[in-house]
Amino acid sequence: MDFLRPTTWQEALAAKADQPGAVPVQGGTDVMVEINFGVRRPPALLDLTRVAELREWSMTGGLCRVGAGVPYAAVIAELGGPLPGLAQAARTVGSPQIRNRGTVGGNLGAASPAGDSHPPLLAAGAVVEVESRERGVRMIPAAEFYLGVKRAALEPDELIRAVHVPPATGPQYFSKVGTRNAMVIAVCSFAIALHPRERRVGTGLGSAAPTPRRALEAEELLAAELDWDAPLDPALLRRFGELCARAAAPIDDVRGTAAYRVHAIGVMARRTLTWAWTDHLEKRAA
Amino acid sequence: MRVTFTVNGRQESADDVWEGESLLYVLRERLGLPGSKNACEQGECGSCTVYLDGVPVCACLVAAGQAEGRQVRTVEGLADGDRLDPVQEAFVECGAVQCGFCTPGLLVQAHDLLERCPRPSDAEIREALAGNLCRCTGYEKILDAVRLAASRKEHR
Repeated sequence: MDFLRPTTWQEALAAKADQPGAVPVQGGTDVMVEINFGVRRPPALLDLTRVAELREWSMTGGLCRVGAGVPYAAVIAELGGPLPGLAQAARTVGSPQIRNRGTVGGNLGAASPAGDSHPPLLAAGAVVEVESRERGVRMIPAAEFYLGVKRAALEPDELIRAVHVPPATGPQYFSKVGTRNAMVIAVCSFAIALHPRERRVGTGLGSAAPTPRRALEAEELLAAELDWDAPLDPALLRRFGELCARAAAPIDDVRGTAAYRVHAIGVMARRTLTWAWTDHLEKRAA
Repeated sequence: MRVTFTVNGRQESADDVWEGESLLYVLRERLGLPGSKNACEQGECGSCTVYLDGVPVCACLVAAGQAEGRQVRTVEGLADGDRLDPVQEAFVECGAVQCGFCTPGLLVQAHDLLERCPRPSDAEIREALAGNLCRCTGYEKILDAVRLAASRKEHR
């Protein structure tokens, strides 16, 4: 096995181009588990922690650009204002030790359907910035990024550089079902983002289908029928929950049954929309 | 490969380190620092918690090569010579140490909590220690120990 230690982004791209089998590693919270258990023996580890720019975030062109190496702890401490949904999700990841190391970029690269950052990125309308030495930068909308279980739309010579997330213009919530409050992989999860200027609501389902996904019919329902100046219509709320549940395509596994996950997605959809709507109306009244 | 980093203030090197090896393995098996315990190897139990550049991490999930040139502080580096850190004293006095396997990780994590948050609420203690599993104490004595250490540190 090789251990590659680029110190600049250009060196990192060159290393990945020359050795496409190299596995990028940041916090190691996924990759090292697989290596420790002998599940994976990559030809090389590509350590990205020396590429300082990956640990930075900035507001660029009206979007929040979060470097692939920004740990969850920094998302929680610094990005709760512009990216409340992502920050809430980050607070539910693992333990403090894991949040100190694990990164949004790593979560994207692993592309697990249960990754906690995916639902809020989908709900907010994030775009993933990837790059290769040969073909340069590609901007991939989060909704097109996840291709299958642990399979992302990354070419072998590409690395994730950052994720671009529109800062919140309305309330955002993340909700997760687990057997305790800490250290759990989601049984299933749900994120919602209100976009009041566009009169639109974004959704994201986690651990409820082969990939993280949006509940598109549910979003269309609200785009067509939601009255942004009125209290939430209970019938509309119920139909929203049903359509979100219908967007799920889960499996039975050790963490929960498919039937339970479908049910829970509906419940979380109704709850998060209710919380967000309460905030929305309070803000209007203030 | 050779990996060189600072451990508890001393520069250390390890040779013939396998590229997939964890920092935890290097600490325990190559540098003779067995304080950090090897239990789950998947970041679930917290018993291998060490400071890496001042930030608590699970040493089992840090690739050894990632520690190159960095600063590591293990449970062996918490005491000041023969004088235990207040967190260590409090764990002994409160009966928060039973079999002792989880203790090093809990000590490092509790030490970090009190550095950042000198007067933590119970909820803050519970959240800080949520990634450190103990199968003996029932956790109540650990909570007592962190509260005691916090009050002592405040009065120092």
